[in-house]
Amino acid sequence: MDRNSNIYTILFAAVVVTVSAVLLAVAVMVLKPAQERNKRQEKMTDIMYTIGLDKEALSKKAAAEGKKLNYKVIEAYFNKYFTKQYALKTDGSVDNTVKAFDINMKAEIKKSEKKQRFPIYVGDVKGKKYYVIPLYGKGLWDDIWGYIALEADANTVKGVKFGHKGETPGLGAEITKKWFENQFAGEKIFDKDNSFKGITLSKSNKDPENTDKEDHEVDAISGSTLTSNGVTNMIQERLQHYVPFFNKIRQQKN
Amino acid sequence: MAKKHKWQDLIKDPLNENNPITVQVLGICSALAITVKLMPAIVMALSVMVVLAFSNLIISLIRNYIPNRIRIIVQLLVVATLVILVDQILKAYAYDVSKQLSVFVGLIITNCIVMGRLEAFALANKPLDSFLDGIGNGAGYGLILIIVAFIRELLGSGTLFDKQVIPQSFYDAGYVNNAMMLLPAMALITVGIVIWVQRSMYPQLTEKE
Repeated sequence: MDRNSNIYTILFAAVVVTVSAVLLAVAVMVLKPAQERNKRQEKMTDIMYTIGLDKEALSKKAAAEGKKLNYKVIEAYFNKYFTKQYALKTDGSVDNTVKAFDINMKAEIKKSEKKQRFPIYVGDVKGKKYYVIPLYGKGLWDDIWGYIALEADANTVKGVKFGHKGETPGLGAEITKKWFENQFAGEKIFDKDNSFKGITLSKSNKDPENTDKEDHEVDAISGSTLTSNGVTNMIQERLQHYVPFFNKIRQQKN
Repeated sequence: MAKKHKWQDLIKDPLNENNPITVQVLGICSALAITVKLMPAIVMALSVMVVLAFSNLIISLIRNYIPNRIRIIVQLLVVATLVILVDQILKAYAYDVSKQLSVFVGLIITNCIVMGRLEAFALANKPLDSFLDGIGNGAGYGLILIIVAFIRELLGSGTLFDKQVIPQSFYDAGYVNNAMMLLPAMALITVGIVIWVQRSMYPQLTEKE
């Protein structure tokens, strides 16, 4: 057959494309379960991190029980410490038809407020209660996300965990560093009059050592104003949806 | 017909006198982007090596059947298929690293080294030679990546493989990590310095006036 004829060219292209399509389809199908597991594992470790159970603590725990820290063990710890999770509606009531863990934040925040469900994970470690809320927003270049854990008073921050897709290394990407995340511990999201304030990343902060835990401010990162603003807005925007729910908890306490 | 290649030369040449980055000056963009830390650089180097070797092999196997008019598209298809495979495998078995490499695995498709070797070598040589040529060029690319990443991670973050190597006492004495090293501009300068050092060691690499 003439290798420069149109028919040969088209046939050749068709065969090559079919072979590669079949190959990729099979590969994706075979690898999917492992990829999903990785994502779930990351989600669980991130959530546990915010309440002080970081990877080191978990591996120590696992080692003490003679186990290796793998997916199964992580899942077991997660289910042990987070016995309850809710998908909230805007008014703070619980939607029982949705499982909070299965909510994909990236897709969820695109829905209208009425249609959105707001996931919250209730943790219980040695009798201490924690509320962990997933965050999702925009940084400078791309999406940023994270988790924030509140103590039983639904006001004091226990810990945070941030992630980003493409912030500048050394600048905006510092939000995932320990020194930055540690600043949030102890901050309050409500002021003394019970109105919601969130937490602001501030550059004009007169409290760079972050000793004042009542000012609703932590130190922003120099050189990454827009990432810092993104984090502030993300915390503000996400947490305000939970205010009705927090208020219920806070009223029960008082 | 193709001339005979010595196998050891196929591997050895790209490491030094025909290095894809420092001599052919291909694949610079990814060399700048993922050399902030050593670990992603090594995984990237391995990924490129695998893609390069197997795309060379496959194209060389079908080189006598590819219609000339669509050969670039066929090459792209083979490379893209391999890259997606590598990306999916990394996502399944090396999740943390694949997150750090993010889009750059996908961008192996546009890495000039891959297309360059396919056009320049695989289309005219036997499968085994082409495969070795891919391994060699992948190794040459990886070597430079690792050198640059080593320098950048050490000076930029004070770590190697994310382990602190510059002792705390240095920091106490006033030493500061050079954040400039983390930016792509310094990667380019580092690559430039590597090229400079290599050319002064091997004067035959310098172009004649």
